[in-house]
Amino acid sequence: MENPYIPYPVSIDDIQIATEDKSLKTFRFVFQNKSDEEKFAYKAGQFAELSIPGLGEIPIGIASSPTEKGFVTFTVFKTGKVTSHLHTMKVGDTMGIRGPLGNWYPWDTLMGKNILIIGGGFAFTTLRSSIKMMLDPSNRSVFGNIDVVYGARTPGMLLYKDELFEWGKREDINMHLTVDTEAPNWDYHVGFTPAITEKVAPKASDDTYAIVCGPPIMIKFTLPVLEKLGYKHDHIIMSLENRMKCGIGMCGRCNIGTELVCKDGPIFTLSDINKTPKEY
Amino acid sequence: MKILHIDKASWDKGVLKSGETYRLTGPVKDKDTHAFKNLNDGELPDMGYVETKMSPKALLFPRSEVMLTYSTNPHDGNCNIMKEASKAYPPRAVIGIRPFDAKAIQLVKLNFDTEEYKDPYWLKAYEACTFVGLAINQPSITDFSTSCNTGPFDETGLDVLVVDTGHGFLAKILSTKGQAWADAAGFNIEAGADAASKITAMKKEAEANIVSKISVDKIAGKTVLELFDAGHWEDTAFGCINCGTCTFACPTCWCFDIQDETYGTQGVRIKNWDSCMTGLFTMHGSGHNPREYPYQRTRQRFMHKLKYFMDKYQEGIMCVGCGRCIKQCPANIDIREICNTMNQ
Repeated sequence: MENPYIPYPVSIDDIQIATEDKSLKTFRFVFQNKSDEEKFAYKAGQFAELSIPGLGEIPIGIASSPTEKGFVTFTVFKTGKVTSHLHTMKVGDTMGIRGPLGNWYPWDTLMGKNILIIGGGFAFTTLRSSIKMMLDPSNRSVFGNIDVVYGARTPGMLLYKDELFEWGKREDINMHLTVDTEAPNWDYHVGFTPAITEKVAPKASDDTYAIVCGPPIMIKFTLPVLEKLGYKHDHIIMSLENRMKCGIGMCGRCNIGTELVCKDGPIFTLSDINKTPKEY
Repeated sequence: MKILHIDKASWDKGVLKSGETYRLTGPVKDKDTHAFKNLNDGELPDMGYVETKMSPKALLFPRSEVMLTYSTNPHDGNCNIMKEASKAYPPRAVIGIRPFDAKAIQLVKLNFDTEEYKDPYWLKAYEACTFVGLAINQPSITDFSTSCNTGPFDETGLDVLVVDTGHGFLAKILSTKGQAWADAAGFNIEAGADAASKITAMKKEAEANIVSKISVDKIAGKTVLELFDAGHWEDTAFGCINCGTCTFACPTCWCFDIQDETYGTQGVRIKNWDSCMTGLFTMHGSGHNPREYPYQRTRQRFMHKLKYFMDKYQEGIMCVGCGRCIKQCPANIDIREICNTMNQ
């Protein structure tokens, strides 16, 4: 019987400070057993439990793309006991990863469709995974137009900046980066994500889906914009967060109504979410 | 279905004999009530017991259970690598479990034994068990099990149903596991032809003694949001102090926490009972809490038991009507009244 509580042993392979305030770091892990990497086959949108013996586990979205082989990456905000300890860990240290967990963005449905990605702050991790996956030469032709609206407080708080600017130069993706207020040497949008979305979002159609991931305040003001633009609720896809422990639908704390965010989610359409209590 | 007759003297001898093959667990006197405990050599289950304060769920889902072990010593080859804690699961006979508690185990199984994931600790403990149930001849006044798809003589989840006829026991063998336990106990005298009708009559009488009923027909027809957004919750939950007694006493509550404990450089990852009644249960790392107010936690418990579970599994409600929460609640909260409110 496979024990779903045992994490795969991994080594920290690289650590990068991800934002100017140093509250986020991106960790690259390699699996200590090659066979574990194969077992950890994941899809963009899934998460994993990062496990530090003696401290506990934290559910974090997978930031690397399934098309990137040999490692997995996670960008982690320093906030509690486990994340604070993780921020003190060094390259070469051993810890564990349990997963992949949860569902993923509905890639089968999204094939052949236009995709509008709306992200805010540091909730861009699984969106980065998704963009990287879609832009892979073997996948790009599978999808229609790709628009990305991504906002942060300042340019220094945008995650994966080098990649963002690189994607900005490509013809096959429309990047709409924004920061809350004017900043030196910033040549892109200025304004909150919902307002920029209203300006640049592609027209709603049966063939266009929006993926929204960000802080509650951004989501609160973005959803009315999408509705105004005509996006149907079953064409708006969101990733939810709740406190989790087991990650496999058993410990009972992450439910919103009948749905377990860890197992039935974290990805839901807005029409699904509309049927559940807003306990997230 | 084979029914054995066991006189009371033979029962004691046979149960002790089965202890040579099985680890025996059963109800024993514990302060002013009874508890399910592993029986010592020569100790017999008290088949005259009325009820246990705590349900026997802890046999499969201990209050605190070591799942994994680890070392944080950098000189250990396996430093910071989690290993499954070694545990033995010898065959266990659970003697005298009440039918509604056995039914509860089947409901909890839906959580721990899923298509995608299996909790090996719960499942291995479950598979090692033979459940020898004891029918309830005189249901308590808070027993409403017959409204919960079970009852005093329910055979669901049992391997043997034992009925105390006053003069002796009738033991209805319900599975090969049950037969194996009867063989180990040396119970082999088949009861007379009237045994089945005797059990049926006693069942009917016991069920007729249950006067407490609930109904969930209207709950089934309403949406989750209709019930969740109903205006009564703050009033309904007003008396609740969120102590969690109901969740711990409940045979179907399965929520748990996972914690690490390190002693020096050696540590264990433990699964502990948890309760949706506590604020920390759902508090995010950011401090945001989706169930910030006490009434929201009370609502979660009853919505889970009486609606979410029903909709998710199509196996009825997540309550077997044992009545423990009603008897033990320090604020006199009664799930039957809340169910009636929800079922308006």
